[in-house]
Amino acid sequence: MKLYRIAALIQRHLYLYKRSLPRMTEIFFWPLLDLMLWGFVTLYLRNFRQDLPKFATFFLGALILWDILYRAQQGISVSFLEEVWSKNLLNLFVSPMRPSELLAALMSISVFKLLMAGGVSALLAWFFFSFNLFVLGISLLPFVLNLMLMGWAIGIVTMASILRYGQEAEVMAWGLAFLVQPISAVFYPVSVLPAWLQPLALMVPASHIFEGMRAVVETGAIPATSLLKATLLNLVYLALAIYFFYRNLRIVKIKGLLMRSGTE
Amino acid sequence: MGNRVIEVSHLTKSFNGALAVNDVSFSVEEGEILGLLGPNGAGKTTLIQMMLGLVTPTAGEIRILGLDLETGREEILNQVNFSSTYVSMPTSLTLRENLMVFAKLYGVRRPAARIDALLDVFEIRRLKNTLTRNLSSGQLTRLSLIKSLLNEPKILFLDEPTASLDPDIADKTRTLLRSIRDRNRLTLLYTSHNMKEMEEISDRIIFLHQGKVLATGTPSEILDLFREKNLEDVFLKVARGGHPS
Repeated sequence: MKLYRIAALIQRHLYLYKRSLPRMTEIFFWPLLDLMLWGFVTLYLRNFRQDLPKFATFFLGALILWDILYRAQQGISVSFLEEVWSKNLLNLFVSPMRPSELLAALMSISVFKLLMAGGVSALLAWFFFSFNLFVLGISLLPFVLNLMLMGWAIGIVTMASILRYGQEAEVMAWGLAFLVQPISAVFYPVSVLPAWLQPLALMVPASHIFEGMRAVVETGAIPATSLLKATLLNLVYLALAIYFFYRNLRIVKIKGLLMRSGTE
Repeated sequence: MGNRVIEVSHLTKSFNGALAVNDVSFSVEEGEILGLLGPNGAGKTTLIQMMLGLVTPTAGEIRILGLDLETGREEILNQVNFSSTYVSMPTSLTLRENLMVFAKLYGVRRPAARIDALLDVFEIRRLKNTLTRNLSSGQLTRLSLIKSLLNEPKILFLDEPTASLDPDIADKTRTLLRSIRDRNRLTLLYTSHNMKEMEEISDRIIFLHQGKVLATGTPSEILDLFREKNLEDVFLKVARGGHPS
């Protein structure tokens, strides 16, 4: 991999964000809207019952962490879509750029996006609702890293699907992450799910992270087992996602579909 | 001449059993301008895409600059470039930003100076801070051509490069390409539906039809072969089922 090529691809997206107000607001608008919604729900619950379990007031934390996953995924899939929309894919694929360099650049952009969105959300949650995400302490770091890895895996699968099926697969960029949200234990524990759904939920790395988050809030102890399970699952899914991407790229070249993705 | 920079042997590509390119073999010498000609569906685009690594051949071999395309992709693509009327660039970026991204992608040294020099050559330096979305189609074509020359390629693949240009700029572009060829020994592989242009710029023409090489030679050899006065008539003859006489 050549760093200068990765830097060039990152620069292309930074140019885009520098100039595009809709793209910048897209990073902040939805997190802000969610934050307000769940912030007021939390305030309401606090007034209604003072003795609610601690985690009920942690909706805001769950929301900010979920947004990290979502931004990590979008950082890859929507950034890739930008190339499709601008009919720039062929220019990239006829350059010496390696697919791994494209992946590395998109991952870097997703880090930029999630830091911006996560940072602003955490700041606003503290400012408006006196909620401090950093009560999670040192465990916040592995939580964020794991959510980012899961976001990358979903983002790469989305990108590979767009590459293969064209803009028909575009909807995945906005919908795929939400497909797993109900079984990701974001706002409620896995135990509330029907028994038949629970094994499926435990296959989702995010469910271990959010269960771990609740454990930290309740007991203060870092849930090493949850973290380990999430990390192992994430590594497996990320490897599978990368394999899926290379496999689709190979098929796309055999079927001659790059021209379609690049110019349609 | 004498140094073969492109060698294509027995190249075949089928899509779902339909042959798009059928056992095509040819070579291109350094500094040569090769025109690829043929009606729609003749296999020109597929052939170029295979030479750029965008499409995997079903059979056959492609060697560019002495390297096998499959194993030497990165090294090859560093030394070639491509421009097509049908490929665009991010429209929310300025000309300069777009070119800077590609200059860095190709590892161009002193990219700003290189970009300015090419903007001058194509007479659009005044537009360098203009958003790409505000360019006319002719200006977009020139941007694409500048992008394709950023890395001082040894081989340039051009897919209808002058389709959106007015006759004056198109003529200047052809003159420029020829002068770069003469100065840098640039090899050009060129497709166009402008037969006059093909006749004027090509050293040699490969006429493709239904995925096969129907004829090859200098423009005058092709005219003799088909017993026609110009390439347009040759094209019409082939498109309507005719063959070399």
